[in-house]
Amino acid sequence: MPAPIITTRDLRKRYADTHALAGLDLTVPAGVVCAVLGPNGAGKSTLVRVLATLTRPDAGDARVAGHDVRAEPRQVRARIGLLGQHTAVDEVLGGRENLLLFGRLHHLSPTRARARADELLARFDLTDVADRPAGTYSGGTRRRLDLAAALVADPPVLFLDEPTTGLDPRARTGVHDAVRALADAGTTVLLTTQYLEEADRLADTVVVVDHGRVVAEGTPERLRGTLGADRVEVLLDHAGDLAAATDAIGAATGATPRVDPDALRVGVPAADRVGTLGAVLAALTAAGVTAVDVTLRRPTLDEVFLHLTADRAAVAR
Amino acid sequence: MSATALTDTATLTGRALRHWRRQPTPVLVTLLFPILLVLMFGYLLGGAMVVPGGGDYREFLLPGMFAMTMLFGVETTYTAVATDAARGVTDRLRSLPVARGAVIAGRATADGLHAVVALAVMLACGLAVGWRPHAGVGPALAAVGLLLLLRLAMIVVGIHLALLLRAPESVVALQILVWPVGFASSAFVAPQTMPGWLGAVAAYNPLSATVAACRELFGNPGWGGDGFTARHAVALAVAWPLAVIAVAGPLAVRRWQRLDR
Repeated sequence: MPAPIITTRDLRKRYADTHALAGLDLTVPAGVVCAVLGPNGAGKSTLVRVLATLTRPDAGDARVAGHDVRAEPRQVRARIGLLGQHTAVDEVLGGRENLLLFGRLHHLSPTRARARADELLARFDLTDVADRPAGTYSGGTRRRLDLAAALVADPPVLFLDEPTTGLDPRARTGVHDAVRALADAGTTVLLTTQYLEEADRLADTVVVVDHGRVVAEGTPERLRGTLGADRVEVLLDHAGDLAAATDAIGAATGATPRVDPDALRVGVPAADRVGTLGAVLAALTAAGVTAVDVTLRRPTLDEVFLHLTADRAAVAR
Repeated sequence: MSATALTDTATLTGRALRHWRRQPTPVLVTLLFPILLVLMFGYLLGGAMVVPGGGDYREFLLPGMFAMTMLFGVETTYTAVATDAARGVTDRLRSLPVARGAVIAGRATADGLHAVVALAVMLACGLAVGWRPHAGVGPALAAVGLLLLLRLAMIVVGIHLALLLRAPESVVALQILVWPVGFASSAFVAPQTMPGWLGAVAAYNPLSATVAACRELFGNPGWGGDGFTARHAVALAVAWPLAVIAVAGPLAVRRWQRLDR
């Protein structure tokens, strides 16, 4: 396991009456893509702002790339790239001028800044619009420039706060590809998202945050595991078949099926995967029950997420 | 100031200048609007204006317009800083390894340059409409210095208000508020022609101090008051902006530091 490049210990931040961070502990090894997943108001953005030295925590420690965010903010800033929740490029200046500006503020020499700007313009397909004011770009194009600006100094650590919120699917895919490429080149990426498929697709490790705390973490695979094994789900045609189907599936698998009478669904854990599927199908046929649909599937991150943050939802209700 | 701080300030000053090159219209408006006022007051309304103690109204008006131009500058500073804060650009700049204070210093330098150009345009405008400095080069330069000091105070006020409100659209409110400050002064008419209480407000208005001092230093006709403010115009024209800076400066710095809350 590589050495951690981002660590927080008991990080706390309070705003008026809400605890945005309530003792958050996080360790991100170098070179991984870590997705911070959580509902609105879970503390994701505050976490990114603290790590990017924009917000001072009330208590706790945070270290990024070997430097304490409070004691050595300048050293941290020299080693990070930040893509904020909202696109933050200079909308009056052109794409190239933006990249030159941020390159110079990262203390690249004028020559180096110019070369780097050209490189990034080409890489993010911005060469054609390089000299137009960024305010005239489409949302997706502006976000690409935003990302390019975050990469000007080739930072070892990149923070992306909801990088694809508000983008159309095509622009979203573009950002995903860019993040993957960066990760493959060894950049550590911490991204926040509300999209489970985004975490699933990009992340090596997922951290679920709620109420300013980490409530679960692990690989997407492992998080699914917390909800149990794969499942076989049967969708019935008639409510009258529910009892017969439940009995038949229970007898065939030795497990207690979970029944959703409104949706006409019966489900059981599929310990033996395809074997279980076959047993269920045979049992249904033998019982003379007609199924509309039978699926074998892993729990989605959505289910994990809803399960882990259920307390919050219950309170909200 | 370290070399990095100077480089960063220069980079950020350059950014503001590029903005003006990219979007010249708003800057041109700030340069041309005071000329419009000179024409309006100097020619349209000027015929009805009587300068107490005699003297040409345009000679009386121009120092007032110089100071008004500096006062209007608060809108330029406010808009630039509030737009950056509202659009997240300020946060992006704060996430870069930029020298402490360079963002503010860059803004102040750019707006200082803007003030120099705006003042040059107004001086040229004044010369074109018959205004003249009569008291020599030294006092004239001192007057220019006092005007730029007023603009510096407006830079500080603009930065503080912008960091406080972070809403570029609120500049409309600022544009409206600038007028009572401008008119309830000795810039356009002599305070003794106003109702008593308003005349007192106008006489003690900080803007009037700069206006009166400029009239004195340019050798232009004043409004003839013999009160405290008239007798100490130059001293007050130094003291008022410094007092504003002394109050708004620390507040602006504190606002900046509190962005990390």
